Order: sequence, then structure tokens, then C-alpha cells
Amino acid sequence: MRTGLPVSLVIVVALLAALPLAFTANTMLNFLTFVMIVTLAAQGWNLLAGFGGQFSFGHAAFFGMGAYAMAILQVRYGINAWLALPLAMALGAVVGFFLGFLSFRAQLRGSYFALVTLAFAEVFRILANASSFTNGAAGILVPLKTSAADFQFADRRWFYWVALAFVALVLALTYHISRTRFGAHLVAVRENEEAARALGVDAFRTKLKAITLSGAITATAGCLYTQKFLYIDANLAFGPWISVEALLAPIIGGMGTVLGPLAGAMMLLGLGEVTKSLFAMLLGGSIPGVDLVVFGVLLILCVAFAPQGVMGAIKRFSSRGAP
Amino acid sequence: MLKLDIFLSALANGLLTGAVYALIALGLTLIYGVLHIINFAHGATLTLAMFAVFVMHSAFKIDPYIAIFMLTPLFFGVGYLLQRLVINPASHGDDSNILLVTLGLSIIFENGLLAIFRSDTRSIDVPYGFDVIEVGNLFLSTPKVIAFVAAFAVAAALWLLLARTDTGKAIRAVAKEKTGAALCGMDVEHIYAVTFGLGTACLAIAACLLMPTFLVNPRIGNAFVLVAFTIVVLGGMGSIGGALAGGLIIGVVESLSGLYFGESLGQIGIFLIFLIVLLFRPTGLFGAKA
Repeated sequence: MRTGLPVSLVIVVALLAALPLAFTANTMLNFLTFVMIVTLAAQGWNLLAGFGGQFSFGHAAFFGMGAYAMAILQVRYGINAWLALPLAMALGAVVGFFLGFLSFRAQLRGSYFALVTLAFAEVFRILANASSFTNGAAGILVPLKTSAADFQFADRRWFYWVALAFVALVLALTYHISRTRFGAHLVAVRENEEAARALGVDAFRTKLKAITLSGAITATAGCLYTQKFLYIDANLAFGPWISVEALLAPIIGGMGTVLGPLAGAMMLLGLGEVTKSLFAMLLGGSIPGVDLVVFGVLLILCVAFAPQGVMGAIKRFSSRGAP
Repeated sequence: MLKLDIFLSALANGLLTGAVYALIALGLTLIYGVLHIINFAHGATLTLAMFAVFVMHSAFKIDPYIAIFMLTPLFFGVGYLLQRLVINPASHGDDSNILLVTLGLSIIFENGLLAIFRSDTRSIDVPYGFDVIEVGNLFLSTPKVIAFVAAFAVAAALWLLLARTDTGKAIRAVAKEKTGAALCGMDVEHIYAVTFGLGTACLAIAACLLMPTFLVNPRIGNAFVLVAFTIVVLGGMGSIGGALAGGLIIGVVESLSGLYFGESLGQIGIFLIFLIVLLFRPTGLFGAKA
């Protein structure tokens, strides 16, 4: 298992990189790119909640910070997109640190922590919707400058590959963390915080480190979203949809596993597309919300019957197969 | 003098709306106090109840105040079955699982309503919708005054039920010590489901009281869910008196900050109270236990 994982990571990334060569339709490339963006947001959530056990219901706070920072730095301050990206990521980390410092200092856990993160996301959403700095409800349009130097690509495949590169980096980072002392501390805090403390783990520091990293990773997803769609508004950036998808993907794929968020995002969004087109075919015309109803059912079924997600099922299956 | 009038009418309006908020929070705090779980689907269930009122009025011409007597038992049943058949079996008794399952329920309700009714905002047209009662210089909306009185009546009834009946005694026993209650022969699962049903029934009443003056769309629950959580946190988790006081306070805060800072920032005031209380005084203003 220990040596098996990096090999399987490389294989998965190589397969994903080869996908655009097989599927060249624009809709397919857009879908794959969107999967990568959601995966990245979900990887951020997975680090904090899957490994660290701190369930956030408001990862939109980080996603939206990244997305807005990316747009505002370019449009308002004329900063190049490639420079705006690390700045936006840093802002995500700062927001993560700030939020984590406040809530972990106040000893908030479980549902309280979930509610506080949700409230922060809502406060940001209302502020972004009302403030003139973020252009209010009208949102921000990033001007079209199709050149790689401006982080916009004429060829959709390139954007996909860049997004995949970020996902691959975070896969490697997550794998690395899962093997370090920090990763072990994180899992210890998840399993039993008191026991971890008694063994000398600085739980506050460990959680703070995790939420800071998590904020940066999920903010990166927001940056990619802005660059892909060149438009952002308060409901896209800080709306509950991304908080929900960021937590659903790892839960379905397997919380606290390296590949879980990727597997979950693939299945979740794939299933969403299938449901949407199925209903559109059956009833003629698109029905809003049906894909999310399916997500909700899936969430309950996963919690009830597959607490380890798909990766857990695979692990169980493969360990049974190979003695 | 005009300024004072505006202030007083905002204050009165805040108190009237706050009573309905308190009723919503009452259901949430009851479920928390007994089951020790946070019901994340509370707001979406309220939306469901509001749409039920809307459908009953527009399809069958049933007045919302009459609908109270049909929807309250119906939603008690819905809550009972949800806890018994979905939440309890799916969550294996784990707190974060309960949170996720109720989140799943709220996603299903909200988007199911979106798929059926689309995102249009709807309201019902009742003949007394714009009636007012004159108190001194103040004009108070009649449906809101009715809602205020009814909300307190429901709170009193709930208190009587908990304090004076056998079921109430059982609920309090299970809330205090569930293993002990089970050893004394109480059906803990049943009591949990009854409590969840009561909390959900509060929502049906609140929906009937709200609809004559409010509007509804599939996303409206989001606005209520954080308000309800704020009230519960402010009043102290699980405290009925706290929920009532918290509801009135939040109603006034929303109304006054709406008056001075404008509609959209009025909501911010509520969230800031929520964050400040949770981060700096997690036991609430009236709560004693952590």
C-alpha cells in the first residue's frame, strides 16, 4: 500500500492528462475543467475535515476570497493574472488563519464550527453583494485577453491542463502530508482531541495549520473559476453551492484519503450532468435543482451506507483481493 | 417627533416579527435541548411548510389560520418519521453524521421545491392582509399582531406540555439522562422522534402565521436558518425562555439596523451578533451550561 499510492497517483494524473486527446468536444473540456476546479476546492475541504475532522459548511468563504481577489487585482489594480494568483492564494491562507484562530481559540468544535464557517461565508456574501468595491450585485467582468501571459488560453485544453497541474500538486502535497508528523497529528486530533493533547500534540496549532493550508487551496479553486469564466458575483463566489460541493465530493469519494476528492468530484458532477440531461429529455426543458436533489440523496446514502466513500470501498475490495 | 414615531414603529415591528422568529427558534432549541443535535434542515422544513400553506390557499382556498389545524399534525408526523426513519438510522449516532444528514435533507427540500415551483417569489392574497390596528400613533399590521399573540400562546402550550404532561416528563427525562431513562423503561427512540415532531410542528404554525404578510421562494429558508441559529445561540442552546427573549431581541435588531443601515446590511447585524456570541460567549446570554 505504501509504495502503491504514488504509482497510482502518477497513473491517475497521466490518464487525466490524456483525456483531452480522446475527447475534443468543447462541452467535454468545459466539464472536465469544472471537475478540476471543484476537485481543488474539495481537496482544501478534505485536508481540514477529512484529515483533521473539522467540518466546515462555509468553504465558499475561501473560494470566494480567491475568486474576488483574482478579479479585483486584475480589473481594479491592473495586476497581471499570474501575479494575482499567488496573492489571491495568500489571501485565502490569511482568511483561513483568521477564521481558524478565532474559532479554535474559542474552542468551537463539531456543529458550532460548521455554523461559524457558514456564517462567515454568508457575511462575505452579503458584503460582496452590497459593497461598491466588489461592484455590488452586478459582479465583476474580467476583460477578455486571450494570451497565455494573461492566464487565458485560446485552446481550452491548456486551461484544463493547468487546472489539472494544480490538482496534481495538491494530490502530491496531500500524500506528503499524510506521511508526515503534521499529518499524523491531524488524524490524531480528528480521532480524539483530548487523547492527542494528552500525548503532547498541540491541537490548536495543528488545526490552525490545516485551516490555513485549506484556505489557500480552496482559494486557488476560486482563482481558476474566475479565470475560466471571466465573471464573478457574490452568489457564485460565496454562495452555498460551492460549500456543498466542496464537502460532498470528499464524502462521496472518501474523506481523509488522497484521491477521495478527485474521485468524488468526478462522480458527483458526472451524475449531476446525467440527471440534468435525463430530466430534460423526459420532461422536455431543463428543471432547476434536480441534480442537487440527487446530491442530497447521495449525501444521506453515503453517510448511512458508505461512511468511507468510494475509496474506502476500493480499499476494502483490494485488500480482500490481495492477501 | 416624526423621528421618534418612525423609531417606535420600527421597534414595534421588530418585536412582532421577532415573536415569529422566536417560534421558529423554539422548534430548533427544543430539538437541540433533547436530542443534542443541530437540525440543519430546520430552515428548509420551514420553507416546505410555507409552500404547503401557499398550495392549500391557492388550490383549495383554505385560509392560513384554518390551515394551522391541518398542517400542525401533518408536520408533527413528518418530523416524527424523518427522525425515526431517516436521521436516526442514517447517522449511526454520530454528531457530525447527523449534521451531514440534516444538511442532505435541507438540500433535498430546497431543490425539490425549486424543481417543482421554480425560483419565483410567491405570496398569498388574504382579505385581511393589509388590515392595521391603531395603538396611539402606531399602526400595527393585524396579521403580525395575531402572529405575535399566537407565537406566545404556542410557547406557553409547549411549556405546559413539557412541565405538566407525562410525555413532557419523559422528554425532560430523556434530555437529562438518556441511558437512565431507557433503563426506567422509556422508549428513547420514540421520545426523540416525538421531540423532533414537536419541533417540526412549531415550523408549520410559524409558516401559517408568516404567510399572510411574508412571501416565499425555495431559498427563503436560508434567511431563516441563520436567524434561528443566532436566536438559539443568543438565548442559550436548549432554553425555551432564552429562545423567546432571543427572538424578540433579534427581531428588534434586524428592524432597527434595517432602518438605519438599509435592508441588505440589516442582515449583517444578525450575523455579527451570531459570530460574536459564538466566539466570545458560547453559552449564550441566559445559558448556564456549556
